[in-house]
Amino acid sequence: MTENVIEVNNLEHKYGDLKAVDNISFTVRKGEIFSFLGPNGAGKSTVINILTTLRKIQKGEAKVNGYDVAKESKAVRKSIGIVFQMMCLDYEMTVTENLEYHGRIYSMTKEERKKRINELIKLTDLESKRNVLVKDLSGGMKRRLELARGLMTRPAVLFLDEPTVGFDIQTRLRMWEYLRSIKKQGTTIFLTTHYMEEADQLSDRISIIDHGKIITTGTGSELKNQIGKDIIYLETNDNKAAASVLKTLESVKGVNEDTEFLRVLIGVDATHILPKIMDMMRQNGVEIISVNIKKPSMDDVFVHYTGHGLREGGTDEKQNEGETAEALT
Amino acid sequence: MSFAFRAIYWREMVKFFRFKSVLFSSLIQPVMWLAFFGVAMSKSFDKITAMLPPIAGVPTVDYLSYMGAGIIAMDVLFASLFGGTTLLFDKKYSLLKETLASPISRVNIVVGFGLSGITKAFIQTGIIIVFGRLIGMTFFKGYDPIQTLIAVVGIFLLVGIFTLGFLFLSGAIAITVEQPEGMQSILTLLSMPLFFVSNALYPVDSFPDILKFLSIFNPLTLLANGIRYFALGDNFSVMGGHYVYTTGDIIMSFGGLILFGLTTLSIVLWRFNKVDI
Repeated sequence: MTENVIEVNNLEHKYGDLKAVDNISFTVRKGEIFSFLGPNGAGKSTVINILTTLRKIQKGEAKVNGYDVAKESKAVRKSIGIVFQMMCLDYEMTVTENLEYHGRIYSMTKEERKKRINELIKLTDLESKRNVLVKDLSGGMKRRLELARGLMTRPAVLFLDEPTVGFDIQTRLRMWEYLRSIKKQGTTIFLTTHYMEEADQLSDRISIIDHGKIITTGTGSELKNQIGKDIIYLETNDNKAAASVLKTLESVKGVNEDTEFLRVLIGVDATHILPKIMDMMRQNGVEIISVNIKKPSMDDVFVHYTGHGLREGGTDEKQNEGETAEALT
Repeated sequence: MSFAFRAIYWREMVKFFRFKSVLFSSLIQPVMWLAFFGVAMSKSFDKITAMLPPIAGVPTVDYLSYMGAGIIAMDVLFASLFGGTTLLFDKKYSLLKETLASPISRVNIVVGFGLSGITKAFIQTGIIIVFGRLIGMTFFKGYDPIQTLIAVVGIFLLVGIFTLGFLFLSGAIAITVEQPEGMQSILTLLSMPLFFVSNALYPVDSFPDILKFLSIFNPLTLLANGIRYFALGDNFSVMGGHYVYTTGDIIMSFGGLILFGLTTLSIVLWRFNKVDI
């Protein structure tokens, strides 16, 4: 039986009149990487802050490592590690001193601290930087040090709030490798991200969150399969007519007419059905201007479920659709 | 009982000894006050004192020694009043987040922080006493070793309580304001009346009544009185003024400072429990 490290039931949170988290329920299983994928302002950080007891729970119930966040906040705090969205290291202290301080505020013994610091410095490849002041580290190294710090107390679950935001692709890829090896060592990871790729590449399961609600949850491939095997993008002289023709086909799982492209979700291999589609269009007098076949990405999953693209900010739907369409051409 | 406050203390001390420029200036500043201001003023004040008839049977104390007590008081005032600034920067650069997200209690944070302030104040007080004696300050004149020890313990106790009082106040301000500039202006505004409406540098005998009255309640006066009682004795004259400290006066010094410290402690704990990160 799989054990749940995080259990959340009917969580709600308001800032004044604004509902930041709207009746959310989910579980995180032991040993998995679980992601909250959504735009900034979707409510991801609020959920993390509540689960890490930094924000008081208003409504609903949340348990971390079996402890109630409202009543047993101290036990929750001892069970978790956190890597905050904003970098928060002491720049005027060295790599080991930052870890040492963390071990001390969690009341670890001297031997434990020493042993753990050595292990983590090795894990995060910071051995040559042990006694370097944090201000002299690169951005990626600082993030790795924060990762090491989050793991200092051997937490049951590690929370990561947007762990790779603002990093170049190499640094991000490396960070993912570290996260995978941490997972291998048995640590459960809960992360929030607004990078599709990050959620897709790292997570065992993903919850898509938008406007404070969980829209869907599943593994990356489950989510992608839900919207079909392939996606065909069609540009025609009469999208409306084309859409109504396509909807008669059994293997077409859905047609999205929101943009200047028809987004056709196909349940079978698109290369086989495409000739048939072309024929049908010709028979109905619809002229095809361009065709493109794509495997569904997390991007498509997101657009499918939320009706808009994933952007930083993420609230201006009209603009997002425009940008999504641009990205497709 | 949790000893997690030692973590906070450890970090403060590591950083205190790391910034050599800050360390050096904080240690050299009181020495400069004594060496320049003290020596110059005492030369002119002692000239005036020499023209006054000595009070029969009362030992006369030179101005440098009188002022030395005030320099200690002033130095720990500024150190502790500005000591909360590190908290402000911790908050500004999200460093406080790590600490506040940990299982360590707010009381432990305040205790660790307070102890680090006391340590720094003790180092400075020690330096002033030692250096002051080198340049002719007559602290503990005619005391035997036991009396000297009691006097030193008394001074350090007062300095410790006083430091906590102002450090808590400073910490409460730091945790409340958003900008270092705001903190700076509040502290400057506070330190001015504290410093001048006290007997730290000069006797208050000739103050207008209202200022004289206010100076009685000034923690700086309470501390300076206490230090003088321990360092110079309970009966001396300086610049023609006759000083007699009764047991009541010394109890007032301790009691007043403890009351002040407890008040600011409750303020800082209240602010800390309100802090939102």
